[in-house]
Amino acid sequence: MSRTHVFRRVMLTGAALTLAAAGLAACGGSSDGALAVNDSWTKATDGPMTGSFGTVVNGTAADITVTGASSPVAGIVELHETTMVDGEMVMQPKPGGFVIPAGGSLALEPGGNHVMLMGLTGAIAPGQDVPITLTLSNGDTLTYTTVAKDFAGGNESYEPTPSMSPSMG
Amino acid sequence: MTISRRQFVTGAALGVGGIAVGAAGATAVAASQSAEPVAGAQVEPFYGAHQSGVATPAQAYAVFAAYDLRPGVTREDAARMMRLLSDDAARLTQGRPALGDTEPELAAAASRLTVTFGFGPAFFDRLGLADQRPPWLRQLPGFEIDALEDRWSGGDLLIQVCADDPITVSHAQRMLWKDARAFVSARWRQDGFLNARGSAEPGTTPRNLLGQVDGTVNPRSPEDFDALVWSDGPPSWFAGGTMLAVRRIRMDLDRWDRVDRPDREQTIGRTLDTGAPLTGTGEFDEPDLQALGPNGFPVISDFAHIRRARPSGVLGPQFLRRGYNYDLGEDTMGVTDAGHIFTAYAADLETQFVPVQQALSDIDLLNQWTKPIGSAVFALPPGAPEGGWVGQVLLA
Repeated sequence: MSRTHVFRRVMLTGAALTLAAAGLAACGGSSDGALAVNDSWTKATDGPMTGSFGTVVNGTAADITVTGASSPVAGIVELHETTMVDGEMVMQPKPGGFVIPAGGSLALEPGGNHVMLMGLTGAIAPGQDVPITLTLSNGDTLTYTTVAKDFAGGNESYEPTPSMSPSMG
Repeated sequence: MTISRRQFVTGAALGVGGIAVGAAGATAVAASQSAEPVAGAQVEPFYGAHQSGVATPAQAYAVFAAYDLRPGVTREDAARMMRLLSDDAARLTQGRPALGDTEPELAAAASRLTVTFGFGPAFFDRLGLADQRPPWLRQLPGFEIDALEDRWSGGDLLIQVCADDPITVSHAQRMLWKDARAFVSARWRQDGFLNARGSAEPGTTPRNLLGQVDGTVNPRSPEDFDALVWSDGPPSWFAGGTMLAVRRIRMDLDRWDRVDRPDREQTIGRTLDTGAPLTGTGEFDEPDLQALGPNGFPVISDFAHIRRARPSGVLGPQFLRRGYNYDLGEDTMGVTDAGHIFTAYAADLETQFVPVQQALSDIDLLNQWTKPIGSAVFALPPGAPEGGWVGQVLLA
Protein backbone atom coordinates (compact mmCIF):
# COMPACT_ATOMS: atom_id res chain seq x y z
CA MET A 1 0.00 0.00 0.00
CA SER A 2 1.42 3.33 -1.01
CA ARG A 3 1.92 6.20 1.39
CA THR A 4 -0.90 8.12 -0.24
CA HIS A 5 -3.29 5.30 0.35
CA VAL A 6 -2.40 5.03 3.98
CA PHE A 7 -2.89 8.74 4.44
CA ARG A 8 -6.32 8.66 2.88
CA ARG A 9 -7.45 5.73 4.96
CA VAL A 10 -6.39 7.49 8.13
CA MET A 11 -8.17 10.67 7.13
CA LEU A 12 -11.42 8.85 6.47
CA THR A 13 -11.16 6.94 9.73
CA GLY A 14 -10.57 10.19 11.55
CA ALA A 15 -13.72 11.74 10.11
CA ALA A 16 -15.80 8.75 11.13
CA LEU A 17 -14.35 8.75 14.62
CA THR A 18 -15.08 12.42 15.11
CA LEU A 19 -18.71 11.70 14.42
CA ALA A 20 -18.63 8.69 16.70
CA ALA A 21 -17.09 10.61 19.55
CA ALA A 22 -19.85 13.19 19.34
CA GLY A 23 -22.45 10.50 19.86
CA LEU A 24 -21.84 8.97 23.25
CA ALA A 25 -21.21 10.20 26.75
CA ALA A 26 -20.03 6.72 27.72
CA CYS A 27 -17.43 6.83 25.00
CA GLY A 28 -13.91 6.51 26.38
CA GLY A 29 -11.50 9.24 25.46
CA SER A 30 -11.56 11.29 22.30
CA SER A 31 -9.88 11.13 18.95
CA ASP A 32 -7.81 14.25 19.62
CA GLY A 33 -5.28 12.85 22.06
CA ALA A 34 -2.25 10.69 21.55
CA LEU A 35 -4.09 7.47 22.24
CA ALA A 36 -7.79 6.92 22.74
CA VAL A 37 -10.31 4.12 22.80
CA ASN A 38 -13.53 4.95 21.00
CA ASP A 39 -16.86 3.16 20.78
CA SER A 40 -15.87 0.93 23.66
CA TRP A 41 -18.19 -1.58 25.28
CA THR A 42 -18.03 -4.70 27.40
CA LYS A 43 -20.22 -7.75 27.22
CA ALA A 44 -22.56 -7.91 30.23
CA THR A 45 -22.35 -11.21 32.08
CA ASP A 46 -23.24 -13.13 35.24
CA GLY A 47 -20.26 -15.42 34.66
CA PRO A 48 -16.62 -15.31 35.70
CA MET A 49 -15.19 -13.71 32.57
CA THR A 50 -16.05 -11.47 29.65
CA GLY A 51 -14.63 -9.51 26.74
CA SER A 52 -14.29 -5.80 26.10
CA PHE A 53 -14.22 -4.15 22.72
CA GLY A 54 -13.75 -0.84 20.91
CA THR A 55 -11.39 0.95 18.56
CA VAL A 56 -7.96 1.97 19.82
CA VAL A 57 -6.80 5.07 17.95
CA ASN A 58 -3.22 6.24 17.82
CA GLY A 59 -3.06 9.93 16.94
CA THR A 60 0.74 10.10 17.19
CA ALA A 61 3.45 9.73 14.58
CA ALA A 62 4.93 6.65 16.26
CA ASP A 63 3.65 3.13 16.79
CA ILE A 64 2.32 2.51 20.28
CA THR A 65 2.39 -0.89 21.96
CA VAL A 66 -0.18 -1.80 24.57
CA THR A 67 1.44 -4.36 26.83
CA GLY A 68 -1.15 -4.95 29.52
CA ALA A 69 -4.51 -4.02 30.98
CA SER A 70 -6.33 -3.95 34.29
CA SER A 71 -9.79 -3.23 35.62
CA PRO A 72 -11.23 -2.83 39.10
CA VAL A 73 -13.95 -5.36 38.18
CA ALA A 74 -11.58 -8.18 37.22
CA GLY A 75 -8.79 -10.11 38.91
CA ILE A 76 -6.94 -10.72 35.67
CA VAL A 77 -7.09 -8.77 32.42
CA GLU A 78 -5.33 -9.99 29.29
CA LEU A 79 -4.91 -8.78 25.73
CA HIS A 80 -6.23 -11.55 23.52
CA GLU A 81 -6.05 -12.33 19.85
CA THR A 82 -8.07 -14.74 17.77
CA THR A 83 -5.83 -16.78 15.57
CA MET A 84 -5.66 -20.00 13.63
CA VAL A 85 -3.71 -22.76 15.39
CA ASP A 86 -3.56 -26.23 13.80
CA GLY A 87 -6.63 -25.46 11.71
CA GLU A 88 -8.68 -24.23 14.66
CA MET A 89 -9.62 -20.67 15.64
CA VAL A 90 -8.38 -20.10 19.14
CA MET A 91 -8.21 -17.13 21.45
CA GLN A 92 -5.03 -16.60 23.39
CA PRO A 93 -2.88 -13.86 24.91
CA LYS A 94 -1.36 -11.81 22.11
CA PRO A 95 2.42 -12.18 22.18
CA GLY A 96 4.00 -8.75 22.58
CA GLY A 97 0.64 -7.06 23.16
CA PHE A 98 -1.33 -4.87 20.77
CA VAL A 99 0.61 -2.64 18.38
CA ILE A 100 -1.36 0.42 17.34
CA PRO A 101 0.25 1.80 14.18
CA ALA A 102 1.23 5.46 14.02
CA GLY A 103 -1.75 7.48 12.89
CA GLY A 104 -3.80 4.30 12.74
CA SER A 105 -6.17 2.24 14.80
CA LEU A 106 -6.79 -1.26 16.04
CA ALA A 107 -10.27 -2.74 16.20
CA LEU A 108 -11.13 -4.80 19.26
CA GLU A 109 -14.16 -6.91 18.40
CA PRO A 110 -15.89 -10.20 19.13
CA GLY A 111 -14.10 -12.89 17.17
CA GLY A 112 -10.97 -10.75 16.88
CA ASN A 113 -8.57 -8.92 19.14
CA HIS A 114 -10.15 -8.05 22.46
CA VAL A 115 -9.51 -7.23 26.10
CA MET A 116 -10.25 -10.31 28.20
CA LEU A 117 -11.52 -9.80 31.75
CA MET A 118 -11.24 -12.81 34.04
CA GLY A 119 -11.95 -13.40 37.70
CA LEU A 120 -14.77 -10.88 37.71
CA THR A 121 -15.58 -9.46 41.13
CA GLY A 122 -19.31 -9.57 40.37
CA ALA A 123 -21.93 -9.61 37.67
CA ILE A 124 -21.63 -6.94 35.01
CA ALA A 125 -25.10 -5.57 34.30
CA PRO A 126 -26.24 -4.00 31.02
CA GLY A 127 -25.64 -0.28 31.06
CA GLN A 128 -23.02 -0.53 33.81
CA ASP A 129 -19.77 1.40 33.47
CA VAL A 130 -16.70 -0.81 33.26
CA PRO A 131 -13.41 1.08 33.60
CA ILE A 132 -10.33 -0.35 31.91
CA THR A 133 -6.72 0.80 32.14
CA LEU A 134 -4.27 0.02 29.37
CA THR A 135 -0.55 -0.05 30.08
CA LEU A 136 1.80 0.99 27.31
CA SER A 137 5.33 -0.23 26.62
CA ASN A 138 6.76 3.07 27.86
CA GLY A 139 4.95 2.71 31.18
CA ASP A 140 2.20 5.22 30.42
CA THR A 141 -1.38 4.23 31.14
CA LEU A 142 -4.73 5.10 29.57
CA THR A 143 -7.92 4.67 31.54
CA TYR A 144 -11.24 4.67 29.74
CA THR A 145 -14.80 3.75 30.58
CA THR A 146 -16.76 1.17 28.64
CA VAL A 147 -20.47 0.55 28.80
CA ALA A 148 -21.76 -2.98 29.36
CA LYS A 149 -24.14 -4.39 26.77
CA ASP A 150 -26.36 -7.46 26.54
CA PHE A 151 -24.62 -9.39 23.75
CA ALA A 152 -25.16 -13.00 22.70
CA GLY A 153 -21.99 -13.54 20.67
CA GLY A 154 -18.33 -13.55 21.53
CA ASN A 155 -18.68 -16.77 23.50
CA GLU A 156 -16.09 -18.99 21.87
CA SER A 157 -13.36 -18.54 24.41
CA TYR A 158 -15.42 -17.53 27.40
CA GLU A 159 -17.28 -20.78 27.81
CA PRO A 160 -14.70 -23.44 26.94
CA THR A 161 -16.03 -26.84 26.00
CA PRO A 162 -14.17 -30.13 26.48
CA SER A 163 -13.26 -30.22 22.81
CA MET A 164 -11.54 -26.85 22.99
CA SER A 165 -7.87 -26.34 23.59
CA PRO A 166 -6.91 -25.87 27.26
CA SER A 167 -4.94 -22.81 26.23
CA MET A 168 -8.12 -21.02 25.26
CA GLY A 169 -10.00 -18.55 27.32
CA MET B 1 -32.80 17.07 7.33
CA THR B 2 -29.09 16.67 6.86
CA ILE B 3 -26.72 14.21 5.34
CA SER B 4 -23.95 12.92 7.50
CA ARG B 5 -20.36 13.32 6.42
CA ARG B 6 -19.80 9.59 6.30
CA GLN B 7 -22.84 9.05 4.13
CA PHE B 8 -21.75 11.85 1.87
CA VAL B 9 -18.41 10.10 1.46
CA THR B 10 -20.21 6.84 0.72
CA GLY B 11 -22.36 8.57 -1.86
CA ALA B 12 -19.30 10.00 -3.54
CA ALA B 13 -17.68 6.59 -3.53
CA LEU B 14 -20.72 5.13 -5.25
CA GLY B 15 -20.43 7.78 -7.89
CA VAL B 16 -16.86 6.81 -8.50
CA GLY B 17 -17.91 3.17 -8.72
CA GLY B 18 -20.39 4.10 -11.43
CA ILE B 19 -17.71 5.71 -13.51
CA ALA B 20 -15.48 2.71 -13.07
CA VAL B 21 -18.02 0.57 -14.90
CA GLY B 22 -16.71 2.27 -18.01
CA ALA B 23 -19.75 1.72 -20.24
CA ALA B 24 -20.80 4.60 -22.45
CA GLY B 25 -23.84 5.44 -20.36
CA ALA B 26 -22.21 5.00 -16.99
CA THR B 27 -20.99 8.56 -16.68
CA ALA B 28 -24.49 9.96 -16.80
CA VAL B 29 -25.65 7.49 -14.16
CA ALA B 30 -22.71 8.34 -11.95
CA ALA B 31 -23.39 12.04 -12.34
CA SER B 32 -26.97 11.69 -11.20
CA GLN B 33 -25.89 9.55 -8.24
CA SER B 34 -23.38 12.05 -7.01
CA ALA B 35 -25.75 14.99 -7.57
CA GLU B 36 -28.56 13.41 -5.62
CA PRO B 37 -27.55 11.01 -2.84
CA VAL B 38 -29.74 7.97 -2.31
CA ALA B 39 -32.73 8.46 -0.03
CA GLY B 40 -31.13 6.15 2.52
CA ALA B 41 -28.47 8.79 3.16
CA GLN B 42 -30.98 11.25 4.59
CA VAL B 43 -30.81 11.60 8.35
CA GLU B 44 -32.91 13.27 11.03
CA PRO B 45 -31.28 14.62 14.18
CA PHE B 46 -31.43 12.65 17.41
CA TYR B 47 -30.31 15.35 19.82
CA GLY B 48 -32.33 18.50 20.30
CA ALA B 49 -34.85 20.35 22.46
CA HIS B 50 -37.61 17.96 21.40
CA GLN B 51 -37.47 14.30 20.49
CA SER B 52 -37.55 13.64 16.77
CA GLY B 53 -40.39 11.58 15.34
CA VAL B 54 -43.12 14.03 16.34
CA ALA B 55 -42.65 17.19 14.28
CA THR B 56 -40.63 15.14 11.78
CA PRO B 57 -42.55 14.74 8.50
CA ALA B 58 -44.02 11.26 8.76
CA GLN B 59 -41.79 8.53 7.37
CA ALA B 60 -43.20 5.67 5.34
CA TYR B 61 -42.94 2.97 8.02
CA ALA B 62 -43.39 2.87 11.76
CA VAL B 63 -43.24 0.44 14.63
CA PHE B 64 -44.87 1.36 17.91
CA ALA B 65 -43.68 -1.07 20.56
CA ALA B 66 -44.74 -1.05 24.21
CA TYR B 67 -42.91 -2.76 27.03
CA ASP B 68 -43.43 -3.39 30.73
CA LEU B 69 -40.73 -2.87 33.33
CA ARG B 70 -39.58 -6.19 34.76
CA PRO B 71 -40.32 -6.74 38.45
CA GLY B 72 -37.65 -5.21 40.65
CA VAL B 73 -36.32 -2.76 38.08
CA THR B 74 -35.20 0.38 39.90
CA ARG B 75 -34.84 3.98 38.90
CA GLU B 76 -31.08 3.41 38.53
CA ASP B 77 -31.75 0.43 36.26
CA ALA B 78 -34.14 2.49 34.15
CA ALA B 79 -31.51 5.20 33.86
CA ARG B 80 -28.98 2.66 32.59
CA MET B 81 -31.54 1.37 30.11
CA MET B 82 -32.37 4.81 28.76
CA ARG B 83 -28.68 5.65 28.43
CA LEU B 84 -28.14 2.48 26.38
CA LEU B 85 -31.22 3.05 24.24
CA SER B 86 -30.39 6.70 23.63
CA ASP B 87 -26.89 5.80 22.54
CA ASP B 88 -28.26 3.20 20.13
CA ALA B 89 -30.71 5.73 18.73
CA ALA B 90 -28.06 8.47 18.44
CA ARG B 91 -25.91 6.20 16.31
CA LEU B 92 -28.57 4.41 14.27
CA THR B 93 -30.40 7.61 13.31
CA GLN B 94 -27.15 8.92 11.82
CA GLY B 95 -26.59 5.77 9.76
CA ARG B 96 -23.99 4.27 12.08
CA PRO B 97 -24.18 0.86 13.76
CA ALA B 98 -24.96 0.64 17.45
CA LEU B 99 -22.26 -0.57 19.82
CA GLY B 100 -22.18 -4.35 19.56
CA ASP B 101 -24.37 -4.23 16.46
CA THR B 102 -24.23 -7.72 14.98
CA GLU B 103 -25.58 -6.53 11.62
CA PRO B 104 -23.77 -3.20 11.18
CA GLU B 105 -24.43 -3.15 7.43
CA LEU B 106 -28.17 -2.89 8.10
CA ALA B 107 -27.54 0.42 9.87
CA ALA B 108 -25.95 2.12 6.86
CA ALA B 109 -29.15 3.47 5.32
CA ALA B 110 -30.66 5.74 7.96
CA SER B 111 -33.56 6.64 5.66
CA ARG B 112 -34.69 9.44 8.02
CA LEU B 113 -34.83 7.04 10.95
CA THR B 114 -36.21 8.49 14.17
CA VAL B 115 -36.46 6.78 17.55
CA THR B 116 -38.87 8.29 20.08
CA PHE B 117 -39.28 7.18 23.70
CA GLY B 118 -42.27 7.49 26.01
CA PHE B 119 -43.12 6.54 29.59
CA GLY B 120 -46.52 5.11 30.52
CA PRO B 121 -48.43 5.98 33.71
CA ALA B 122 -47.20 2.99 35.75
CA PHE B 123 -43.57 3.67 34.81
CA PHE B 124 -43.55 6.42 37.41
CA ASP B 125 -45.17 4.38 40.18
CA ARG B 126 -42.93 1.39 39.68
CA LEU B 127 -39.78 3.50 39.88
CA GLY B 128 -40.84 5.46 42.96
CA LEU B 129 -41.42 8.57 40.89
CA ALA B 130 -45.16 9.00 41.41
CA ASP B 131 -44.59 12.60 42.50
CA GLN B 132 -42.96 13.31 39.15
CA ARG B 133 -45.77 11.84 37.07
CA PRO B 134 -47.63 14.46 35.08
CA PRO B 135 -50.99 14.59 36.91
CA TRP B 136 -52.99 14.13 33.72
CA LEU B 137 -50.99 11.10 32.59
CA ARG B 138 -53.42 8.23 32.95
CA GLN B 139 -55.15 5.81 30.68
CA LEU B 140 -57.92 7.48 28.71
CA PRO B 141 -61.47 7.17 30.02
CA GLY B 142 -63.47 4.36 28.48
CA PHE B 143 -65.56 5.49 25.54
CA GLU B 144 -68.79 3.82 24.56
CA ILE B 145 -67.43 2.79 21.20
CA ASP B 146 -64.32 1.18 22.69
CA ALA B 147 -63.77 -2.56 22.44
CA LEU B 148 -60.29 -2.47 23.92
CA GLU B 149 -58.13 -5.56 24.03
CA ASP B 150 -55.28 -5.96 26.50
CA ARG B 151 -52.96 -7.12 23.76
CA TRP B 152 -53.03 -3.64 22.20
CA SER B 153 -53.30 -1.55 25.34
CA GLY B 154 -51.21 -0.06 28.13
CA GLY B 155 -47.48 -0.33 28.67
CA ASP B 156 -44.71 1.27 30.72
CA LEU B 157 -42.25 2.12 27.96
CA LEU B 158 -42.97 3.07 24.37
CA ILE B 159 -40.38 2.93 21.62
CA GLN B 160 -41.57 4.49 18.38
CA VAL B 161 -39.31 3.72 15.41
CA CYS B 162 -40.00 5.42 12.07
CA ALA B 163 -38.06 5.42 8.79
CA ASP B 164 -38.61 5.43 5.06
CA ASP B 165 -37.06 1.95 4.74
CA PRO B 166 -38.64 -1.09 6.42
CA ILE B 167 -35.28 -2.83 6.79
CA THR B 168 -33.96 0.17 8.70
CA VAL B 169 -37.01 0.07 10.97
CA SER B 170 -36.64 -3.66 11.57
CA HIS B 171 -32.96 -3.45 12.37
CA ALA B 172 -33.27 -0.45 14.67
CA GLN B 173 -36.26 -1.88 16.53
CA ARG B 174 -34.50 -5.18 17.17
CA MET B 175 -31.26 -3.50 18.23
CA LEU B 176 -33.21 -1.41 20.72
CA TRP B 177 -35.05 -4.48 22.00
CA LYS B 178 -31.77 -6.30 22.58
CA ASP B 179 -30.60 -3.47 24.81
CA ALA B 180 -33.98 -3.12 26.52
CA ARG B 181 -34.77 -6.76 27.23
CA ALA B 182 -32.74 -6.96 30.44
CA PHE B 183 -35.05 -4.31 31.88
CA VAL B 184 -38.43 -4.80 30.19
CA SER B 185 -40.67 -7.48 28.74
CA ALA B 186 -42.54 -7.10 25.47
CA ARG B 187 -46.20 -6.07 25.74
CA TRP B 188 -47.46 -5.13 22.30
CA ARG B 189 -46.14 -4.06 18.95
CA GLN B 190 -47.97 -2.32 16.12
CA ASP B 191 -46.45 -2.06 12.65
CA GLY B 192 -47.75 0.66 10.37
CA PHE B 193 -47.24 2.08 6.92
CA LEU B 194 -48.00 5.11 4.79
CA ASN B 195 -47.16 5.78 1.17
CA ALA B 196 -43.73 4.65 0.11
CA ARG B 197 -41.18 7.42 -0.06
CA GLY B 198 -41.29 9.14 -3.44
CA SER B 199 -44.73 7.93 -4.48
CA ALA B 200 -46.31 11.31 -3.71
CA GLU B 201 -45.08 14.87 -3.39
CA PRO B 202 -43.57 15.53 0.05
CA GLY B 203 -46.18 17.03 2.35
CA THR B 204 -49.10 15.24 0.72
CA THR B 205 -51.69 14.37 3.36
CA PRO B 206 -51.81 10.57 3.62
CA ARG B 207 -54.87 8.40 3.13
CA ASN B 208 -56.26 5.78 5.46
CA LEU B 209 -57.45 2.38 4.26
CA LEU B 210 -61.01 3.66 3.96
CA GLY B 211 -59.62 5.72 1.11
CA GLN B 212 -60.02 9.00 2.95
CA VAL B 213 -57.51 11.82 3.06
CA ASP B 214 -56.63 11.64 6.76
CA GLY B 215 -54.67 14.34 8.57
CA THR B 216 -55.69 17.56 6.84
CA VAL B 217 -56.27 19.51 10.04
CA ASN B 218 -52.91 19.30 11.77
CA PRO B 219 -50.35 21.64 13.31
CA ARG B 220 -47.67 22.42 10.75
CA SER B 221 -45.76 25.53 11.79
CA PRO B 222 -43.33 25.71 14.72
CA GLU B 223 -45.79 28.11 16.34
CA ASP B 224 -48.55 25.51 16.07
CA PHE B 225 -46.30 22.93 17.69
CA ASP B 226 -45.36 25.26 20.52
CA ALA B 227 -49.01 26.05 21.15
CA LEU B 228 -50.48 22.56 20.87
CA VAL B 229 -47.84 19.86 21.10
CA TRP B 230 -44.87 20.82 23.27
CA SER B 231 -45.50 21.08 26.99
CA ASP B 232 -44.08 23.77 29.26
CA GLY B 233 -44.61 21.49 32.26
CA PRO B 234 -45.42 20.98 35.05
CA PRO B 235 -43.69 18.86 36.10
CA SER B 236 -40.61 20.85 35.22
CA TRP B 237 -38.71 17.87 33.75
CA PHE B 238 -41.48 17.54 31.17
CA ALA B 239 -40.90 20.96 29.55
CA GLY B 240 -40.26 20.34 25.87
CA GLY B 241 -41.97 16.96 26.00
CA THR B 242 -45.37 15.91 24.77
CA MET B 243 -48.07 13.39 25.48
CA LEU B 244 -49.04 10.60 23.13
CA ALA B 245 -52.18 8.52 22.83
CA VAL B 246 -51.82 5.45 20.60
CA ARG B 247 -55.18 3.96 19.67
CA ARG B 248 -55.58 0.97 17.40
CA ILE B 249 -58.67 1.55 15.29
CA ARG B 250 -59.91 -1.53 13.52
CA MET B 251 -61.71 -0.72 10.27
CA ASP B 252 -64.44 -2.99 9.00
CA LEU B 253 -63.39 -2.82 5.37
CA ASP B 254 -65.72 -5.66 4.43
CA ARG B 255 -68.80 -3.69 5.52
CA TRP B 256 -67.33 -0.44 4.19
CA ASP B 257 -67.32 -2.15 0.79
CA ARG B 258 -71.11 -1.96 0.81
CA VAL B 259 -71.17 1.81 1.18
CA ASP B 260 -71.50 3.78 -2.04
CA ARG B 261 -69.37 6.78 -2.77
CA PRO B 262 -71.91 9.55 -1.94
CA ASP B 263 -72.59 7.99 1.45
CA ARG B 264 -68.87 7.60 2.08
CA GLU B 265 -68.43 11.32 1.47
CA GLN B 266 -71.39 12.19 3.73
CA THR B 267 -69.89 10.08 6.48
CA ILE B 268 -66.73 12.08 6.65
CA GLY B 269 -67.99 15.42 5.30
CA ARG B 270 -65.25 15.56 2.69
CA THR B 271 -64.93 14.49 -0.91
CA LEU B 272 -62.91 11.38 -1.50
CA ASP B 273 -60.90 12.61 -4.47
CA THR B 274 -59.31 15.75 -3.03
CA GLY B 275 -60.34 15.63 0.60
CA ALA B 276 -62.03 19.03 0.23
CA PRO B 277 -64.91 19.69 2.61
CA LEU B 278 -68.30 19.17 0.95
CA THR B 279 -68.71 22.94 1.10
CA GLY B 280 -65.38 23.70 -0.58
CA THR B 281 -63.14 22.87 -3.48
CA GLY B 282 -59.67 22.44 -1.95
CA GLU B 283 -58.41 20.12 0.77
CA PHE B 284 -57.47 22.96 3.09
CA ASP B 285 -60.66 25.00 2.61
CA GLU B 286 -62.34 25.68 5.92
CA PRO B 287 -65.59 23.69 6.09
CA ASP B 288 -68.76 25.80 6.25
CA LEU B 289 -70.69 24.00 8.95
CA GLN B 290 -73.67 26.40 8.55
CA ALA B 291 -74.19 25.83 4.84
CA LEU B 292 -77.56 24.34 3.92
CA GLY B 293 -78.40 22.27 0.88
CA PRO B 294 -81.37 22.74 -1.47
CA ASN B 295 -83.70 20.84 0.90
CA GLY B 296 -82.70 22.89 3.91
CA PHE B 297 -80.48 20.22 5.44
CA PRO B 298 -76.85 20.94 6.34
CA VAL B 299 -74.44 20.20 3.50
CA ILE B 300 -72.11 18.70 6.10
CA SER B 301 -74.32 16.32 8.05
CA ASP B 302 -74.91 16.69 11.77
CA PHE B 303 -73.28 13.30 12.15
CA ALA B 304 -70.34 13.82 9.79
CA HIS B 305 -66.91 13.08 11.20
CA ILE B 306 -65.43 16.51 10.55
CA ARG B 307 -68.33 18.22 12.36
CA ARG B 308 -68.21 15.89 15.35
CA ALA B 309 -64.42 16.28 15.56
CA ARG B 310 -64.94 19.98 16.40
CA PRO B 311 -66.93 19.70 19.61
CA SER B 312 -66.11 23.20 20.77
CA GLY B 313 -66.82 24.72 17.40
CA VAL B 314 -63.23 25.90 17.42
CA LEU B 315 -61.61 25.77 14.02
CA GLY B 316 -58.11 24.52 13.43
CA PRO B 317 -56.13 21.66 14.90
CA GLN B 318 -56.37 20.61 18.54
CA PHE B 319 -53.45 18.15 18.54
CA LEU B 320 -51.07 16.43 16.13
CA ARG B 321 -52.21 13.34 14.29
CA ARG B 322 -49.36 11.25 12.88
CA GLY B 323 -51.06 7.91 12.33
CA TYR B 324 -50.17 4.87 10.28
CA ASN B 325 -52.20 2.21 8.54
CA TYR B 326 -52.04 -1.45 9.39
CA ASP B 327 -53.12 -4.49 7.40
CA LEU B 328 -52.79 -8.01 8.73
CA GLY B 329 -54.84 -9.41 5.85
CA GLU B 330 -57.87 -11.68 5.95
CA ASP B 331 -58.25 -14.16 8.76
CA THR B 332 -59.29 -17.80 8.36
CA MET B 333 -62.93 -16.68 8.39
CA GLY B 334 -62.24 -14.38 5.47
CA VAL B 335 -62.57 -11.22 7.56
CA THR B 336 -60.13 -8.43 6.84
CA ASP B 337 -58.04 -7.35 9.83
CA ALA B 338 -56.93 -3.86 8.94
CA GLY B 339 -57.19 -0.37 10.26
CA HIS B 340 -55.37 2.62 11.56
CA ILE B 341 -52.82 3.20 14.29
CA PHE B 342 -54.25 6.51 15.44
CA THR B 343 -51.87 8.78 17.29
CA ALA B 344 -52.57 12.06 19.06
CA TYR B 345 -49.65 14.14 20.31
CA ALA B 346 -50.65 16.98 22.60
CA ALA B 347 -49.25 19.02 25.45
CA ASP B 348 -52.32 17.95 27.45
CA LEU B 349 -54.44 15.09 26.12
CA GLU B 350 -57.13 15.61 28.74
CA THR B 351 -58.10 19.06 27.55
CA GLN B 352 -57.10 18.80 23.90
CA PHE B 353 -57.92 15.23 22.88
CA VAL B 354 -60.45 13.72 25.26
CA PRO B 355 -63.29 16.17 24.38
CA VAL B 356 -62.83 15.39 20.68
CA GLN B 357 -62.80 11.66 21.29
CA GLN B 358 -65.85 11.95 23.54
CA ALA B 359 -67.80 13.81 20.87
CA LEU B 360 -66.80 11.27 18.23
CA SER B 361 -67.79 8.42 20.51
CA ASP B 362 -71.20 9.92 21.14
CA ILE B 363 -72.24 10.48 17.53
CA ASP B 364 -70.09 9.91 14.48
CA LEU B 365 -71.23 8.15 11.35
CA LEU B 366 -67.75 6.72 10.99
CA ASN B 367 -68.26 4.67 14.17
CA GLN B 368 -70.26 2.17 12.15
CA TRP B 369 -67.08 1.03 10.44
CA THR B 370 -64.39 1.83 12.97
CA LYS B 371 -63.77 0.30 16.39
CA PRO B 372 -61.02 1.23 18.87
CA ILE B 373 -59.43 -2.03 19.98
CA GLY B 374 -56.31 -0.66 21.66
CA SER B 375 -55.42 2.37 23.74
CA ALA B 376 -52.27 3.51 25.50
CA VAL B 377 -50.87 6.82 26.70
CA PHE B 378 -47.30 7.90 27.24
CA ALA B 379 -45.38 10.96 28.35
CA LEU B 380 -42.66 11.63 25.80
CA PRO B 381 -39.78 13.37 27.59
CA PRO B 382 -38.04 16.33 25.99
CA GLY B 383 -35.16 15.65 23.66
CA ALA B 384 -31.67 14.98 24.91
CA PRO B 385 -28.86 17.51 24.53
CA GLU B 386 -25.77 16.39 22.64
CA GLY B 387 -24.14 13.61 24.63
CA GLY B 388 -27.10 13.27 27.00
CA TRP B 389 -29.90 10.73 27.01
CA VAL B 390 -33.67 10.82 26.83
CA GLY B 391 -35.21 10.74 30.29
CA GLN B 392 -32.09 12.04 32.00
CA VAL B 393 -34.02 15.01 33.36
CA LEU B 394 -36.32 12.58 35.16
CA LEU B 395 -34.15 9.60 36.03
CA ALA B 396 -30.63 10.88 36.66
